[in-house]
Amino acid sequence: MAAATFSSLSHKISISFSPTPNKSFLSYSSPNLLNLPSQTPNLPSLSTISPKPSLSLLATRPRAAASDVPATPATAFHGVCYVVGDNIDTDQIIPAEYLTLVPSNPEEYKKLGSFALIGLPVEKYPTRFMTNNEFSSKYSILIGGDNFGCGSSREHAPVALGAAGVKAVVAESYARIFFRNSVSTGEVYPLESEKRLCEECKTGDVITIELAESLLINHTSGKEYKLKPVGDVGPVIEAGGIFAYARKAGMIPS
Amino acid sequence: MASSTISSSSSSFINQKDVNFPCFTPKCCKPITKNVVSVMAPQQSQRTPSSTGSVKNGMTMTEKILARASEKSQLRPGENVWVNVDVFMTHDVCGPPAFDIFKKEFGENAKVWDREKIVIIPDHYIFTKDERANRNVDILRKYCTEQNIKYFYDIKDLGDFKANPDYKGVCLAQEGHCRPGEVLLGTDSHTCTAGAFGQFATGIGNTDAGFVLGTGKLLLKVPPTLRFVMDGEMPDYLLAKDLILQIIGEISVSGATYKSMEFVGSTVESLSMEERMTLCNMVIEAGGKNGVIPADATTYKYLEDKTSLPYEPLYSDEQARFLSEYRFDISKLEPLVAKPHSPDNRALARECKDVKIDRVYIGSCTGGKTEDFVAAAKVFLASGKKVKVPTFLVPATQKVWMDVYSLPVPGSGGKTCSQIFEEAGCDTPASPNCGACLGGPRDTYARMNEAQVCVSTTNRNFHGRMGHKDGQIYLASPYTAAASALTGYVTDPREFLQ
Repeated sequence: MAAATFSSLSHKISISFSPTPNKSFLSYSSPNLLNLPSQTPNLPSLSTISPKPSLSLLATRPRAAASDVPATPATAFHGVCYVVGDNIDTDQIIPAEYLTLVPSNPEEYKKLGSFALIGLPVEKYPTRFMTNNEFSSKYSILIGGDNFGCGSSREHAPVALGAAGVKAVVAESYARIFFRNSVSTGEVYPLESEKRLCEECKTGDVITIELAESLLINHTSGKEYKLKPVGDVGPVIEAGGIFAYARKAGMIPS
Repeated sequence: MASSTISSSSSSFINQKDVNFPCFTPKCCKPITKNVVSVMAPQQSQRTPSSTGSVKNGMTMTEKILARASEKSQLRPGENVWVNVDVFMTHDVCGPPAFDIFKKEFGENAKVWDREKIVIIPDHYIFTKDERANRNVDILRKYCTEQNIKYFYDIKDLGDFKANPDYKGVCLAQEGHCRPGEVLLGTDSHTCTAGAFGQFATGIGNTDAGFVLGTGKLLLKVPPTLRFVMDGEMPDYLLAKDLILQIIGEISVSGATYKSMEFVGSTVESLSMEERMTLCNMVIEAGGKNGVIPADATTYKYLEDKTSLPYEPLYSDEQARFLSEYRFDISKLEPLVAKPHSPDNRALARECKDVKIDRVYIGSCTGGKTEDFVAAAKVFLASGKKVKVPTFLVPATQKVWMDVYSLPVPGSGGKTCSQIFEEAGCDTPASPNCGACLGGPRDTYARMNEAQVCVSTTNRNFHGRMGHKDGQIYLASPYTAAASALTGYVTDPREFLQ
């Protein structure tokens, strides 16, 4: 069997759907532009801030299932935050013994979520991210320090967080592979803070993140913080992950 | 997060100079000088206008490899380019999800971009009764058969690894899949090991892997390069593991984030391929994107009997610009450990001599190669005594296992490593695989299932890395690990080697 070359592949293969969660709210422009949204679409804004953790993303995220309808775009995240420190490595996010779970299997994806952050040492984190028998955490926003996600390349790390219900991570800085995996999968939205928010916020604080203004609002403390613009990966995140981006860029057929 | 216990001798052999390089994104602009001791006048490394009249900038090895792979004549750090992949590797943990994503995105009947450029190595969770782990190897086999993957190192008989002619364990380099100048991507953070061959090698996740499977390309950002110049004769109580622990302790676990690490100098040139692999293996522990060592006669010799595919090495230009340069006088280094719970928690082995340990683990892609076992055997031989704590030996590949049982150890009068290990009271060398380096299923051989103190030749010592959340792992060279096994405490190998 002849190996398909890249160009012939594009003529032979048909793409059935785009399952990657769509956080885009901009139409694709150019791969090299650093784009911040110039206009936000008409979406209902959150007029009342409720501490209920269930009030979160505007976007729905189809997981492990085909979806022909693109999800509504996200402009904000709202929920209760869980705060961790520096150098949270992938062994803490999802210990290796759980890596036999294959994320593309819906049952195992859900199970993976139940083990998210289970590796955090108890003495340092007495308030656990998730309690036993839970599949979804009440914390939908993760706030971290430096070098978040260091260690292994296991994509199970951002996937477990996403499966557990984390919508966004706000860290001072990221380890490269974790950041990349977050962007490629679209499982969690990786944001960078200007300050050490892990020292400014406490687990349980109610947070809103306004993407358009790159702003994080801590309703519990009443303080606001600037976030860093998303940078070069903006177009990839906006497209909804590496596959969606590649389709928009014409690298692979739609 | 560099160790606070920088020894008094460190100031005489470290000097660091910062070259200001234009940063293109916030991510590569993190200041890296915060923990570094600078003791010499900065050296000139920026090219002067008179040295070149050409418009082209000099490029580093990494920049050149990525330029060629993206079919561009010139690249600068910070650029995002679509890179052609020469070899893609995956294993039993990440292979199944990567293939699932590939099928979901390209179609149930899609074919991989090139069946000869994909290397599938089941090596992580092999010798276990865990049903899901075993199932994952079966899933891999199904995909490999479907796609007619040329290089699938299958294992069917889990009870006897030797009964499987194809099964190798962690074996990319050994099987000739690493070649100078190429781009190798793998679903394992320690793919960077292959940088020892002068190629661009880095770890990626399952989604990126699914993309590569279908297209043979990936969008990569060109990293700036940190240069590490190591000169001086390597003392006979030091190994490459000590060198990389020194570096990580110097720049911290995020010191090389988004950057390439280039290792040059007379010491590096004197290292064998396996030692060079150890050096590049832990690049990821400093956050590095990739590591590179220029290919030379040592490289070509190693490759002679392993690959027949042509390759064209690339080298950093004279006028290449590096983000920073670090210089080390290796002759002044001492054996090191990384204390719990971070690979940058560097300390002198001799300063940890009061740390009582419960076990020693010698294995993994970092410290489970043939030369690693020969090194450990040398220490046991020199001592002539028995180990005081359980000492687990897990060869990384089948070939290593065979070497352990057949190669004579220099100075032993013809004894093999296995004989020396047996006389020293070590555990019998186990079936080759990644083993307990990352814990794994509960029944993994040598997994740390209780809170114990372990000296290990592996690569990470974060909380829970080898299994138990409260385990304490001291990362060390095979010399230091063997010495520690003999005393039951963290021990400087000079106790036995001098």
